[in-house]
Amino acid sequence: MEKWYLMTVVVLIGLTVRWTVSLNSYSGAGKPPMFGDYEAQRHWQEITFNLPVKQWAKFINPDWIALHTSRGYESQAHKLFMRTTVLIADLLIYIPAVVLYCCCLKEISTKKKIANALCILLYPGLILIDYGHFQYNSVSLGFALWGVLGISCDCDLLGSLAFCLAINYKQMELYHALPFFCFLLGKCFKKGLKGKGFVLLVKLACIVVASFVLCWLPFFTEREQTLQVLRRLFPVDRGLFEDKVANIWCSFNVFLKIKDILPRHIQLIMSFCSTFLSLLPACIKLILQPSSKGFKFTLVSCALSFFLFSFQVHEKSILLVSLPVCLVLSEIPFMSTWFLLVSTFSMLPLLLKDELLMPSVVTTMAFFIACVTSFSIFEKTSEEELQLKSFSISVRKYLPCFTFLSRIIQYLFLISVITMVLLTLMTVTLDPPQKLPDLFSVLVCFVSCLNFLFFLVYFNIIIMWDSKSGRNQKKIS
Amino acid sequence: MAALTIATGTGNWFSALALGVTLLKCLLIPTYHSTDFEVHRNWLAITHSLPISQWYYEATSEWTLDYPPFFAWFEYILSHVAKYFDQEMLNVHNLNYSSSRTLLFQRFSVIFMDVLFVYAVRECCKCIDGKKVGKELTEKPKFILSVLLLWNFGLLIVDHIHFQYNGFLFGLMLLSIARLFQKRHMEGAFLFAVLLHFKHIYLYVAPAYGVYLLRSYCFTANKPDGSIRWKSFSFVRVISLGLVVFLVSALSLGPFLALPSIFCLWFKPQGPRGFLRCLTLCALSSFMFGWHVHEKAILLAILPMSLLSVGKAGDASIFLILTTTGHYSLFPLLFTAPELPIKILLMLLFTIYSISSLKTLFRKEKPLFNWMETFYLLGLGPLEVCCEFVFPFTSWKVKYPFIPLLLTSVYCAVGITYAWFKLYVSVLIDSAIGKTKKQ
Repeated sequence: MEKWYLMTVVVLIGLTVRWTVSLNSYSGAGKPPMFGDYEAQRHWQEITFNLPVKQWAKFINPDWIALHTSRGYESQAHKLFMRTTVLIADLLIYIPAVVLYCCCLKEISTKKKIANALCILLYPGLILIDYGHFQYNSVSLGFALWGVLGISCDCDLLGSLAFCLAINYKQMELYHALPFFCFLLGKCFKKGLKGKGFVLLVKLACIVVASFVLCWLPFFTEREQTLQVLRRLFPVDRGLFEDKVANIWCSFNVFLKIKDILPRHIQLIMSFCSTFLSLLPACIKLILQPSSKGFKFTLVSCALSFFLFSFQVHEKSILLVSLPVCLVLSEIPFMSTWFLLVSTFSMLPLLLKDELLMPSVVTTMAFFIACVTSFSIFEKTSEEELQLKSFSISVRKYLPCFTFLSRIIQYLFLISVITMVLLTLMTVTLDPPQKLPDLFSVLVCFVSCLNFLFFLVYFNIIIMWDSKSGRNQKKIS
Repeated sequence: MAALTIATGTGNWFSALALGVTLLKCLLIPTYHSTDFEVHRNWLAITHSLPISQWYYEATSEWTLDYPPFFAWFEYILSHVAKYFDQEMLNVHNLNYSSSRTLLFQRFSVIFMDVLFVYAVRECCKCIDGKKVGKELTEKPKFILSVLLLWNFGLLIVDHIHFQYNGFLFGLMLLSIARLFQKRHMEGAFLFAVLLHFKHIYLYVAPAYGVYLLRSYCFTANKPDGSIRWKSFSFVRVISLGLVVFLVSALSLGPFLALPSIFCLWFKPQGPRGFLRCLTLCALSSFMFGWHVHEKAILLAILPMSLLSVGKAGDASIFLILTTTGHYSLFPLLFTAPELPIKILLMLLFTIYSISSLKTLFRKEKPLFNWMETFYLLGLGPLEVCCEFVFPFTSWKVKYPFIPLLLTSVYCAVGITYAWFKLYVSVLIDSAIGKTKKQ
């Protein structure tokens, strides 16, 4: 592509920001005996390096104290090694996927593609969690993105393989599984189940089964071992939610202590039903009318439904929603930027615990400036730009005076941003009252949850009102 | 929303560039810092705690005050803000005191003072005439110059990692240059005089200022062939300049080697552009031949040359060779492992951008580099790999630990000498062409 050097500069900026954030503290730094995610990852390296595969799932055994002499190991050289592994994994998997995705975007200029890449690479949430708190989300999100790329470009088999790798790397990717399934199923139906469609269905099934078998083969030796892995992956025993997270259950818990009142199996059923009810309409539409655009928006709404209603959700799971939102940044820049800011804000309590206030503020401002300059987001708040035109037309059939949707959304944005800034200032400068020590964390989660509910409604509206006539005017991309 | 649009400066690329690099500087706060950090903390303590008469005598710390008085006053003013961050840093006996608040204050003071540099860059952009190459923003000389100056690699790593206050000082210098371009000579002279009293290293370029101001300002008109018209000498101007600039003299050895170019500046003035070339040449000559030169002094030549690089293809070529080798020569300043990726990434960022953008700007003229120059510049890559990745694992590291430094210095010296030579030749040739044109 022309202006390849600008894309290289963008990638270099992304890498520089990532490394400078990694110079800061990490999760659980200097806090024995539990430490944090950093120690968790080091510990997993310890196990997988030292123990045979049979015993990977059974490491909590008091007899193996010897192995534990490296527990809580912290040194400068070791930190450098750990941070470098994150950067290399990012560079090999996530960043190329982002660059390729932006280059493949249709109907936008080269300059916009490069600006798009810059904004995605500057998204603060992922940088702060991977390079600050310390995790390897870029691997699973990268594989998922390769999956999206593959499927959008009609390389369905490779895309499915990539997504299977993503799931087998981190089970959280199951949040994205339904849209993948529905889109591919829809494609098969479209091609006709009696001919090409059926062939495609069989091929996909084979790829998925084969990749799962390959990854799980070492653990299939005993039934008990397989079950143990499953128990670890899906810890239903840990309860409806842990700590403070910006989802429905935690917010509801503020008013009514459902975690304590309702029995465990009722909580499970409630969570399961609400999750699936909220994501069903979008998924059904995707099966019936498969399109690349519908696929991306369904990824957003599905992941958001899981985040808001599912069991044992962690605040970091918002990254699974942020990735698809990054993908639609060029289509609805204003709403995407707003969402991505809220998603970073929702993790504030966690970031403050890790002493990442300065990098958080700096990267959020850098991201905001990049989006404002690249997309001129404040000029794109009309109904058409927000993709709400068909919706408002439908509403105006019953309520002719419904012309102020754009205005309302702008005011909501202002209120949202002001609230987020105020809450951040309060959390940093003030001490919470003694009777309510978690006041600020709960407020952050509650406010974020309200924002997320609004976005859930918004994205579902876009999906359901995405009319065929509107899509036929442009090439199906 | 309209108010928010204006407030966020939508479409204002200059603000975005300035804010962006400021945010990057904030991210560099926790990086390694050199002994210069302690130097400045000590000066804060001296100016805050002691009476003026003691400032230049105090020697509790080995880092005694050795900058001119304006800088001492600057530290004094800073110290009154410092006391709200951490009172302990202002104690002269607290050697090597570096609490997190001290670090925060010092780093923020550098970042804040850079606002003068940003303003100066803005003024410089107004002075360069835009080539009507294309309507694309990224191809405009103003845009390229802003990036080359605001995101300058050398300034970033020396000021915001190693720790120094070059940003606002270079801001003063660039502002004085801009004023001379805008024919506001008195302001230009005043700003330069102020600068000299902040940091005397700028004496290296004083002859360029002195000669240019005398020749082009004090003599108000030229004869038709460009030579001096003695009758147009203005006493008023000389005296007023003299009052403003009383310390313009050529003390150090270096600038004497720039003498021929200074003669050219007198006999064949080429206007502000000629002055800028002469200034760059003075700075470079003093870097090459001066006494007790620091590697950071290369910035004194690189920053003014940026202004020339967006004007002519020939200048762009010299600038790129000078800048790339000059910046690489700063690598040994940052020798810690966590900073290694930062210096490589930022160096790649600046080098790739500068070469590509200037190549695009001058794509209609002949290529910027010949095969020899390309080969030399590409050789920097393997050199870096050898010095920092291969050498530490060889047996020579114990016996001859100085080899990487030696190789770096020698290799860069070749490039810088070559750039100096080319610049010299181009200055002499240009003035000769000017003479024949007028004849």
